[in-house]
Amino acid sequence: MNGWPALDRFLRTDPRDVGCAEAMEMLHVYVDLVAAGGDAEERYPGIAAHLRACGPCGEDFAALLAAVRDAEG
Amino acid sequence: MIPVNRVVDEIPARLDPESAEWIRVLAVAGPQREAALARLHGMLLRIAQREARRRGPRMLVAGPELEDLAYQAAADALMAITGKLGQFRGESRFTTWAYRFVILEVSAKLGRHFWRRPDVPLEAEDWDRLPGRFGFEPARESEWRDLLAALRRAVDTELTARQREVFVAIVVNGVPLDALALRLGSSRNAVYKMMFDARRKLRAALAANGYLDDDDSGRS
Repeated sequence: MNGWPALDRFLRTDPRDVGCAEAMEMLHVYVDLVAAGGDAEERYPGIAAHLRACGPCGEDFAALLAAVRDAEG
Repeated sequence: MIPVNRVVDEIPARLDPESAEWIRVLAVAGPQREAALARLHGMLLRIAQREARRRGPRMLVAGPELEDLAYQAAADALMAITGKLGQFRGESRFTTWAYRFVILEVSAKLGRHFWRRPDVPLEAEDWDRLPGRFGFEPARESEWRDLLAALRRAVDTELTARQREVFVAIVVNGVPLDALALRLGSSRNAVYKMMFDARRKLRAALAANGYLDDDDSGRS
């Protein structure tokens, strides 16, 4: 256990991370799966890993999910 | 990093009734298409306004400028959607596919606005921000002083010049990743990849010197 969790979390990298381009290309598919209650993390572990680590992509994911849920009322 | 294209190939391209209706009316010129475009624009604009208002203050964009940004994002997204309609493969609902365009437009436009701020640091390196950035408490400075020095040493010795530039801009100076990509004439993906490699190198250097655990699986 490290005494510096924020730094440790920031520096950790996940080899499954697909990167921004792949994650954004599939974002609509991933979001629909999450909105439908599916296990998106299990089906797309590389995208899930990326969205956890990348601030801008994580923010776009949250925004798209909010838009979809808002439209569903 | 692994490709996910193979996953796409496994998804059946079946359209739900609502998506099929969107595609049907948008595909043929006429009053139905015009009405659908107006409706879609209204939906995109609402999303753009909400996102712009949520993210704008952080980027010091507000008022009419923020409204203009939202209108422009909705208009550009609508143009992209109509231009790429043939690329919609039914992997998601049509509206989810369409909303993605406007979300990405808002992100890109806010990134451009960042550089209009008068106080943007790029060349200066304010390393004093790092303790706060990583939650290091002033009262425990005697414990983290050596770690911070080791991190700074690793940034100087382990990273390439480009990786160091990206690390300093994003982590030390707080420049948003999208804004930095624009400034470097690069892409979000390329800058993220540089940071990914930098993070991996820095963690390995700190672990080798006993400051962090050796395990770097990164999995949760």
